[in-house]
Amino acid sequence: MLAGLKKSPPHDLALPAVSLEGVTVRYEQTVALEQVTLRLRRGDCVAVVGPNGAGKSTLFHAIAGVVRPQEGEVRIYGSQPGGHICVGYVPQRKGVDLRFPVTVADVVMMGRVGQMGFLRWPARRDHEAVRAALDEVGMGEFAGRQIGELSGGQLQRVFLARALAQEAELLLMDEPLTGLDLPSQEVILGLIGRIQQHGVTVLVASHDLNQAGEQFPLILLLNRRLIAFGPPEQVLTTANLLSAYGSHIHVVRSGTEELLLADSCCGGGSAPQQLSASSATQPVMQETLAEMRPPR
Amino acid sequence: MEIGQFFWEPLRYPFMVRALLASILVGVLCPVVGSYMVLKGLSFFGDALAHAILPGVVLAFLLGWPMAAGALVAALVAAFLIGFISQRSSLQEDTAIGVVFAGAFALGIALLSTLNNYTVDLAHILFGDVLGVSAQDLWVICGLGVVVLSVIVALYKELLVLTFDPMLALVLRLPATALRYLLLGMVALTVVMSLQTVGIALVLAMLVTPAAAARIVTRRLPAMMALAAGIGVFANVTGLYLSYYWNIASGPTMVLVATALFGLIFLFAPRQGLLWRKVAAAG
Repeated sequence: MLAGLKKSPPHDLALPAVSLEGVTVRYEQTVALEQVTLRLRRGDCVAVVGPNGAGKSTLFHAIAGVVRPQEGEVRIYGSQPGGHICVGYVPQRKGVDLRFPVTVADVVMMGRVGQMGFLRWPARRDHEAVRAALDEVGMGEFAGRQIGELSGGQLQRVFLARALAQEAELLLMDEPLTGLDLPSQEVILGLIGRIQQHGVTVLVASHDLNQAGEQFPLILLLNRRLIAFGPPEQVLTTANLLSAYGSHIHVVRSGTEELLLADSCCGGGSAPQQLSASSATQPVMQETLAEMRPPR
Repeated sequence: MEIGQFFWEPLRYPFMVRALLASILVGVLCPVVGSYMVLKGLSFFGDALAHAILPGVVLAFLLGWPMAAGALVAALVAAFLIGFISQRSSLQEDTAIGVVFAGAFALGIALLSTLNNYTVDLAHILFGDVLGVSAQDLWVICGLGVVVLSVIVALYKELLVLTFDPMLALVLRLPATALRYLLLGMVALTVVMSLQTVGIALVLAMLVTPAAAARIVTRRLPAMMALAAGIGVFANVTGLYLSYYWNIASGPTMVLVATALFGLIFLFAPRQGLLWRKVAAAG
């Protein structure tokens, strides 16, 4: 392949940023996603929630064009995702080899590789893009650090900078807030808001229903099928949560209050947790983008 | 004996000059390619590949081909089989590697046992015969080395993305599968190149040990590769001279020097070494 030939397909801004039509993905015998139909507008900011194994990673893979659905169709601004180099993604901290001999600037420069093309070395504008992206996330002074020297929040900011340097127009984030302290979470949420205002469409996988409901304007509740999509108050209803979390959740009515008991079946035998309907969490291990094997 | 004489005396023999050149070339190339193996966790693959080329080497010998040609064909066949089995079955890749590795090595030994000089040939192939490097071998090593280094320089950023973050390689639409096979192919080429110097059984040390030592003390990939190459050249040249004066087999001596260097860095490196960290933790 020659340098300069690799161009992202044109974006038709009149069409949805992301559209899925009846998307079904199977891995051998198991169905990971079933008949998912979804439209996202430019600049939408969506928390994707659902139980362990609900297909959050598969949904991201399908949108990124890394997994090909057996049925249905994915489109990014009107064309198939496979050619787009505008899909940024932020991996989970545990999926990153923190001892890898790369600096912060090296990682952000990786975002430019698609734009540069083959047999090209970083030009001045690539270095400028890296610097601008690092300044945007407030990590400019850390450019020379090895990535293992960063805190969890700083690492997430570096990966956000990588997506900015990539000029991503669609950003997929895998559990970006997991394991971060509250101030770091605030910083990341603030940055997501800023990025979204540039017209970037953001999808954030989360297992924290409470946080998703409070911090994100749109919630996508997934359990292989799309259970509900919309503003939190419409999505996080007892009926929807029951159908998403199914057998792991029990509704108890005591007086005026409705309680959901979420049974953390896969979390290693911890006791059932008592949660109110608006703060049900699913404290179980999450599959990650990094752990998922590439498609065969 | 003076220092100068120590260095020049062995070079009276043309075979020692060729051995020295081969040691230096291999000392640069193995650690550079080995850096990717260390970062990607490909050590077992490299070891398996080295053993799996044995039938190719023996067949080349029987048919009168250059040894490198037979080794290369066998390496490519083995790499392909490993990829094919792990992709078309539910087996893990390391299992596929184990199956192919052991089977091919057995085939090689079986073929070799039909020859007259069985034990001598086996020892040379397993443990290397750097003193037997011919001028033609040197040209082959040199040519393959230039090819491998050029590819690494040309595709540096793509290989870095693939090694650090395969998922990013996919969303940037890099040809991830082709790059992966290219990397495995370069490992195969490097193994073939080093065969004569250290032999099948020890080539893994040339690939992995200097790169592992360099990784402990470096923060960026180019620095890691450069330091690993430095360690590789130093270990090979020192090993060659020690083997000359002490009359020990050259391949193992080189590997022992590299292993000693690794041990020193592992224990005593500033900041990253075990001792330094223990002291820092205590005080």
